[in-house]
Amino acid sequence: MRQTIVRNVADLPTYGYGPRSGPWWGAMGFIALEGMGFAIAIGAYLYLYAVNPNWPIGAAPPDLWPGTAETVIYLLSIIPNEVTNRAAHRQDLAKVRVGLIVMALIGIALLVLRGFEFAHLNTRWDNSAYGSIVWLILGLHTTHLATDLGDTVVLTVLMFTRHAKPRRFSDVTDNVFYWNFVVLAWLPLYVLLDWVPRL
Amino acid sequence: MSVTADKRELRDDALNGLQLSTRLESLWRTPSGFLGALMSVDHKVVGRRYIVTAFVFLLLGGVLAILMRVQLAGPEQTFLSPDKYNQIFTMHGSTMMFLFAVPVMEAFAVYLVPLMVGTRNIAFPRLNAFSYWIFLFGGCFLWISFMLNVGPDVGWFAYVPLSSLQYTPTKRPDVWAQMITFTEVAALAVAVEIVVTVFKLRAPGMTLDRIPLFVWAMLVTAFLVMFAMPSIMVASTSLILDRLVNTRFYDSSSGGHPLLWQHLFWFFGHPEVYIIFIPGTGMVSAILATFARRPVVGYPVVILSLIATGFLSFGLWVHHMFVTGLPQLGAGLFTASSMLIAVPSGLQIFCWLATLWDGRPVYRTPLLFVIGFIVIFVLGGLSGVMVASVPIDTQVHDTYFVVAHFHYVLIGGAVFPLIGAVYYWFPKITGRMLSETLGRWNFWLAFVGFNVAFFPMHILGLIGMPRRVYTYTAEMDWAHLNLLSSGGAAIFAISFALLLANAILSLRSGALAGNNPWDASTLEWATTSPPAPQNFDRIPVVKHRDPLWADNESLPVVVGLSLERREVLLTTLAEADPQVREASPEPSIWPLLTAIATTVFFIGSIFTPWAVLWGTPPMAVALIGWFWPGGSKENEE
Ligand code: HEM
Ligand SMILES: [Cu+2]
Repeated sequence: MRQTIVRNVADLPTYGYGPRSGPWWGAMGFIALEGMGFAIAIGAYLYLYAVNPNWPIGAAPPDLWPGTAETVIYLLSIIPNEVTNRAAHRQDLAKVRVGLIVMALIGIALLVLRGFEFAHLNTRWDNSAYGSIVWLILGLHTTHLATDLGDTVVLTVLMFTRHAKPRRFSDVTDNVFYWNFVVLAWLPLYVLLDWVPRL
Repeated sequence: MSVTADKRELRDDALNGLQLSTRLESLWRTPSGFLGALMSVDHKVVGRRYIVTAFVFLLLGGVLAILMRVQLAGPEQTFLSPDKYNQIFTMHGSTMMFLFAVPVMEAFAVYLVPLMVGTRNIAFPRLNAFSYWIFLFGGCFLWISFMLNVGPDVGWFAYVPLSSLQYTPTKRPDVWAQMITFTEVAALAVAVEIVVTVFKLRAPGMTLDRIPLFVWAMLVTAFLVMFAMPSIMVASTSLILDRLVNTRFYDSSSGGHPLLWQHLFWFFGHPEVYIIFIPGTGMVSAILATFARRPVVGYPVVILSLIATGFLSFGLWVHHMFVTGLPQLGAGLFTASSMLIAVPSGLQIFCWLATLWDGRPVYRTPLLFVIGFIVIFVLGGLSGVMVASVPIDTQVHDTYFVVAHFHYVLIGGAVFPLIGAVYYWFPKITGRMLSETLGRWNFWLAFVGFNVAFFPMHILGLIGMPRRVYTYTAEMDWAHLNLLSSGGAAIFAISFALLLANAILSLRSGALAGNNPWDASTLEWATTSPPAPQNFDRIPVVKHRDPLWADNESLPVVVGLSLERREVLLTTLAEADPQVREASPEPSIWPLLTAIATTVFFIGSIFTPWAVLWGTPPMAVALIGWFWPGGSKENEE
C-alpha cells in the first residue's frame, strides 16, 4: 500500500511526566489491582465481623501505639515525598538524591515499626478467624510496603550511577506517586484494624 | 538540557522502502538462537506462543472430556474409578476455565491489539513475556501434579469445607490453589498491558469512537479481569493459608465461614464467564464486519452494551448461591439483575443480525462459525434466563441441566467465535490461508456434534440426573440420552482433529495470504502477513473508523521516529494526538528468570512456609536484573 506522510513527530520529547508517560499508566493499573485486592480483603474482614457475635474473637484489640505511630509517619512522609517530586520535575539531581535517601529511610523505619505492630496485635493468625484476617490484611500491606521500599532503594542506587539520565526523573515522580497510594491505602486499614475492634 | 532528542539521530524519514524495512527489522527483531527465543519481548512471538499453549490445554481438557463421556456412555461402567472421575472433572473444569478459555482470549489480545491500534509493541513487553512464562509454568505444574496422581479433585471451584484440610488432607487442593495464583498473576499482568496499550499506544487519530470493536471488547475484558481476579486471589491465598499454617478463614469452629469462600469465589466466578464471552463478541464483530462487507450496525450501541455487560456481571455472583439460603429480598434483586444482563447481550445480537441483513454477506468459514455462535448462544441464553429464576434454579440445581446450560454459553459464546477467529486471523499470523473445504467440514461437524452432545443434557437434568456422578444405574432410564450425548461428543472431538489437521497442512502448503486476503478494514491488515518485527514501517494515521476501507489508495502515516533505538509513539487518551516518543524495552532473559524464581517460590511454599523466606531473595535479584537499565541504546540525552 502506498503511504502519504501527513506529519513529522521528530520534535516530540522522548519521555514525559505523569499521565504523559507509559510507566505512570502502568503504576495506575497496579494501583487499581492492589486497591481492589485491599477492598476485597476489607470486605472479607467486614463479612467475618458481621457473622460473628463477638469481635475481636477471644482477644484484646491490637495495642494502639504501633499503628498510630505508623499513621503519623505516613502522613508526615508526604512532605519529603512532595519535595522530592518537585526536585525531580526541576531535574535537580542533588536534591532528588537526598529526597530518595530520606524516603528509603522512612520506608525502613516503617518496616521496623510494622514488626512491632505484628507483635502487638494481641492475637495469632491461628487463634481464630479474627486473627487470620488481621494477619492477612497486615501481611498484604507489608508486602506492598516492602516492594515499594525495594523500588525506592533500586531507584536511589540508579540515581548515584551513570544511569542518572534525565528520563529517570520521570521514574522518580512515578515512585513518588506510588508512595502516595501506599499512604492512602494505609489509612482505611488503620481504622479497620485498630478502631473497628474497639467499637 | 533539552527534552528533544539529538537532531543528528537517524530517523525513519531518512530512508524509504526496503532500506527502511531492513533497518527497522534489525532493530526490532528477536535475537536468533535458542537463548534469543527465550529473551523475546515481541508481542507477536509471545502472543503466538500463548495461543498455541492455550490450545494445547484445550486439547488436554478435551481428552478428559472424552474420558468422562466414555465413562458415562452407558450405565454402571467401570472404565473410571470414582476417585479418577473426581480428578478428571476437576481437571477438565480447571483446565478449560483457567488454562484455556481466559488465556486464549488474552493471547489473541496480546497478538492482535497492538497491530489493530497501529503500534509497534504492547505496553510493558517484558511483563508480557513474564506473564507467558508464569502461565506456562502454572499450567505444567497442574498437569504434572495430575500425572503424579496429586491432581485436584474437589471441583473447579474447590468449595470449602470439602477442600479444607479436614476433609481433603492430601496436597491436591494446595496444587489447585497455587495454580490459581499462577494463572491470575499472568492474567492480571496482561490486563494491565492491554489497558495501557489501548489508552496510550493508539495510532494518531484513532479517537475513542474509531477504536475497532474487537479492541473495545478486549479493553472491557481487561477491566473485568482487573476487578474480578483479585477476589479469587484473596480467596485461594486464604484457602492455602488455612491448609498450611492453620489460619481459620473458612473454619466455622473458630469464627470462620464457608460461605465467605463462595462469596469470594463467585464475585470472581461470575464475571469470569463474561471475561470469556466478551472477547468472543469482539471476535464476532470483527468477523461480521469483514464478511458482511459493511461496518457493524450500531457501533455505539455495541460499545455501550459491552460496558453495561461488564458492570452488570459483577452484580450477579449471588445467583450461584440461591440454594444456600439467602434472604428473600436479596434473591429477588439478584434474579432481576441476572435477567437484566440478557438485555445488552440481546442488543448486540440485534446489531449483528442487522449487519448481516443490511450487508452483502460472503459465507466463508469464519462467518459460518459466527452464525453457529448466534444460534447456540441464543439457546444458552434462554436456559440461562431459566436458571436465573429462583424456583427453577432450586429444581435443576446441580443437575445436568446446568452442565448443558454452561456449555452452551461457554462453547457457544466463546469457542465458536474463537474457531472463527482462528480461520479469520490464521492468514495474518502465519502468512497462509486455511483450507476452506476442510473449514466447512470442520464447522458442520462441530455444530452438529456440539448440539448432539449437549442438548440431551438439558433433558437428562430435567429428569433428574445430577452432575458430578461417575455413573448411574440402568433403572434410571438415562442410558439412551447419555449414549447419544457421548456420540455427539465424539463428533465434536473429530471436528477439532480436523482443525488441527487443517492448520498443519496449511502451514506447509496453504495458499499464500498476502496482506489483506479478506479485504478487511482494520489496521492489522495494513501490514505484511506475517507482520515484520516492527509491525509497521511507519506508524499509520487513522482518519476513519474503517481505515482500510476509507483510505484504500494510500495510507496516511507519520514519520520522525528513531532508527537507532526502539521507539513507540504515545498519544493522548481521548483524541490520540501524538505526545511522546517513548523507548520500548529490548529483549531480555530476566523475565524468564523472574518467572522461574516465582515458580520456585509458589511451589516451594506448598511444602514449607519457609519458602516464603528463602524464595524471596532470588525473586528480588531477578526483578532488579529486569529493571536495571541495560547497556543498550538507552536514551543518552
Ligand atoms: C469436547 C467438549 C466438552 C465436553 C464433551 C465436555 C463435557 C463435560 C462434562 C460431561 C462435564 C460434567 C462433569 C460432571 O459433572 O460429572 C463437564 C464439566 C465442565 N466443563 Fe466441559 N466439556 C467440554 C468442553 C468444555 C469447555 C470448552 C469448557 C470451558 C471453556 C468446559 C468447562 C467445563 C466446566 C467448568 C465444568 C465443571 C467442572 C466441575 O464441575 O468441576 N467444558 N464437561
Ligand atoms: Cu453466574
